[in-house]
Amino acid sequence: MTSSRTQAKLWYWQRASAMVMAVCVLGHLAVMIYAVRGGLSAAEILGRTHGSRLFASLYTLLVLACAVHVPIGLVAIAEEWAGWRGSKVTIGAGLFSALIAIMGLRAVYGVVAA
Amino acid sequence: MTKNLKVKIWRGGKEGGFATFDVPRQENQTVLDVVTYVQRNLDPLLAYRFACRVGMCGSCAMTVNGFARWTCRTNVSKVEKDGRLEIAPLSHLPIIKDLVTDMREFFDKGARAKGQFKGKQNRQDEFARVDPKSKERIAANAGIECIGCGVCYASCDVVGWRPEYLGPAALNRAWTLVNDVRDIQQTERLKVVAGDAGCNSCHSLGSCSERCPKQIEPTAGIAGLKMLVAMAALRGEI
Repeated sequence: MTSSRTQAKLWYWQRASAMVMAVCVLGHLAVMIYAVRGGLSAAEILGRTHGSRLFASLYTLLVLACAVHVPIGLVAIAEEWAGWRGSKVTIGAGLFSALIAIMGLRAVYGVVAA
Repeated sequence: MTKNLKVKIWRGGKEGGFATFDVPRQENQTVLDVVTYVQRNLDPLLAYRFACRVGMCGSCAMTVNGFARWTCRTNVSKVEKDGRLEIAPLSHLPIIKDLVTDMREFFDKGARAKGQFKGKQNRQDEFARVDPKSKERIAANAGIECIGCGVCYASCDVVGWRPEYLGPAALNRAWTLVNDVRDIQQTERLKVVAGDAGCNSCHSLGSCSERCPKQIEPTAGIAGLKMLVAMAALRGEI
């Protein structure tokens, strides 16, 4: 049982993160279409992404938006489809959020800075 | 038009089964006419509810060929498939017997969503003046024709997944009162409808709006509640 205020906050965080994701996904599609023009070799892609602040900003934002959006939806799925309730679900969702953030940001770091 | 209808009707409680009846087909026959024919001529022990027969009281809703409908205003020609009808009690509500469900939880949720009007004026005061063209009045108008039939509640998947969910009818009622400028318990109402069982559980699937026999759109009202609740949370009011 979460408070009314928490529920309302979760709703607008999920709504706001969805809006951010929608914009980022459009950016992602544009990057993809641009990227394939010169072929799809790893060296070619890394050559373009290395040191790109724009690339880093776009994908960092996308990863963070996913880390906010996904766990809120997962809690609803766990509650409604699996019947799981309580703090274990919240903790599990929090850990999943951390996993998305860590893996996503590591990937961004990998193609931009490493 | 077939001469006879093959009608399967739910008999028993939760553990029960369908019994099949042959009912003469007639012009302009409603599903409620069919059930009444069965009860009066074929099986007097059949339990079902109805009162007004003209779409006002909201007591005759049943599941007809898989969809919740008001049976008094549902013409057989609209729903029969190859002369067959399957009539069952409403979903998401405990069955008392045959087609009669226990609707207490449905109505209790209406009360829990602060579905009661509370004003500050008394009978000595002047009438409150509400502009018919105001945004609030128009929003309330869109939802006030609810007859409490339970069709939306029985059609809502979220009610099935999350039994404590207040449901479309209760939230629609809350939405009409949120838009009643005379009501004085708005913050308490927003607190209730913002909770675990409230408006934020709605996934906007829209079955309630699609099936409502009064063409009310609870989905739209619930979306309005979500916005109000979010704004109230941002302002720290709830």
